[in-house]
Amino acid sequence: MRIPLGRKILFYFLLALFAAVIFAPAVIAFLMSFMTNQEIFAGKLFPHSFSWDNYARLFERFPIIHYLTNSLVVSLLIMAGQLILSSLAAYAFAFLSFKGRDAIFFLFIATMMIPFETSIIPNFQTIRNLGLLDTYAGMTLPFFATAFGTFLLRQNFKQIPRELKEASEIAGMGDFKFFLTVALPMARTSLVTLGLYAFLTSWNMYLWPLLATTNERVRTVQIGLRQLQSQEQVNEWGMIMAGAVIVVVPTLILLFLGQKRLQRGLTEGAFK
Amino acid sequence: MTEGKFNGEMTYAAVVRAGTEPGTVEIPETDFAKIKRKREIRNFFKGQLYLLPSILLFAVFLFYPLFRTIYLSFFLTDSAGTPTVFVGLDNFRKIFTSPVFLQSLQSTVLFVLYTVPGTVFIALVLAVLANEKMKGIGFFRTIFSSTMGVSVAAGSVFWMFLFHPTIGWLNQLLKMFGLDPVGWLTDPKWALLSVSVTTIWMNLGFTFLVLLGGLQSIDDYLYESAEIDGAGYFYKIRRITIPLLSPTLFFVITVSLINAFQTFGQIDMLTRGGPQNETNLIVYVIYQEAFMNYQYGSGSALAIILFVIVLLLTVLQFKLVEKRVHYQ
Repeated sequence: MRIPLGRKILFYFLLALFAAVIFAPAVIAFLMSFMTNQEIFAGKLFPHSFSWDNYARLFERFPIIHYLTNSLVVSLLIMAGQLILSSLAAYAFAFLSFKGRDAIFFLFIATMMIPFETSIIPNFQTIRNLGLLDTYAGMTLPFFATAFGTFLLRQNFKQIPRELKEASEIAGMGDFKFFLTVALPMARTSLVTLGLYAFLTSWNMYLWPLLATTNERVRTVQIGLRQLQSQEQVNEWGMIMAGAVIVVVPTLILLFLGQKRLQRGLTEGAFK
Repeated sequence: MTEGKFNGEMTYAAVVRAGTEPGTVEIPETDFAKIKRKREIRNFFKGQLYLLPSILLFAVFLFYPLFRTIYLSFFLTDSAGTPTVFVGLDNFRKIFTSPVFLQSLQSTVLFVLYTVPGTVFIALVLAVLANEKMKGIGFFRTIFSSTMGVSVAAGSVFWMFLFHPTIGWLNQLLKMFGLDPVGWLTDPKWALLSVSVTTIWMNLGFTFLVLLGGLQSIDDYLYESAEIDGAGYFYKIRRITIPLLSPTLFFVITVSLINAFQTFGQIDMLTRGGPQNETNLIVYVIYQEAFMNYQYGSGSALAIILFVIVLLLTVLQFKLVEKRVHYQ
């Protein structure tokens, strides 16, 4: 299909316009993180000279490295937990047949109807009563089981040829070995997609880390940013933006690398 | 794959594994039934082994809390959240009579009405544009999906500056055009709208990505044959794109609706529910009631209202998806 030249120009114009508007808040923040406060208050567009002062002050005054490490640990733990639990469950739904499987499958579907926000009050009490406030376990455990991930992987497992499973049975291969050596490797693109999605959403979590942490010990960088913003609101915009940029860079890189994959995964998980 | 067929294959495989030709073995009926029952029991436990971790966590962090929240919503509690006095439906009555809660429900509905159509419409325009096969389109796709990688906290910080009364870009722009500055986050007339704009921006990335996926699964052949028939650009969008995209559209609309009802982070960062409770959305009120005022009972009652809303929306979505399966 050839696009007429006039329309092509119009399309590029619209694309560029939208891109500029959508990316503007992030670009402005990025530029501000290199400006002095005088420049910011003078309403400058570009920093006179790119200075790392804001970043230096941020690292000096806030335990930002500590927060980043916590975020990384929490996100990796949730990612690993979701991958393990949902691939196990997906395997059962795709390859094993037993009484009550359909009922359990329905139970998994039902979990999608309960918003996490509905359960935060008892969950907070549970975690508190178990003594898990301010621990990595308390931050991550509630998110290990995921219906979305299970459905996504089940879909993938179902595409593995039946004959392969039969052949493995004839060869005397047990289910767990088949799961580890055949099913998981064949579903690795979906595993990567799910892992990426899990990491992104956990890194960006807000409400639960706010409730489940009372001190700096396992506090994530999102809540750190909240504190930074509320403490320094008056005139430290450059430093606050430096904090926001640091929070955003890891996920943006991941997103840029995995955009195509995520797009496919999300559509698949949504429908099949 | 039906269960019956699966079982048959398993048995067949088992017979082969036993080292005999399936056509020649003769197994007495009773033995066969016994083996089958044994196998069924074993399969059941094996299935449970794979599912147990998920089921256990769902039970502890999703199903139990749901029932506990329902239970708590009928009680007054002490500051630790232990139920003390049974009050029946009083907590719900309070919600539907107290001005603060009613205001919250109203703001939440308004917020949903601003953000969901706004997000879906803009994301649809972006996705249609980004679905053109032109040079450099990958770059634009990346930019459009970028807000998915921006956390609520960081996005709120970005916009907080844009909304800043004196140095913020929005008021600077107004000044350039000789207009009066607006108290974006402090004026009760504007605050909810400002938070909505921020939210639309935050949700664009995800919605765009899903819609683009939907567009890419539409066969090019349809557009080509429409073109041969002389169909114009908007005719094709109306008659091919929208109808074929409708399942994806339904999906993003319901997901956006559910997300909108669960909004919390940007409220906490930008307005803390103010000014004059204008942006006091339902999850923020739950948070305040339970974790700042220690009113776990009324917080739970609100949580149940939220649950019912999300439940209805999810059921609606399943119904629509089911329908799609039928006409495919």
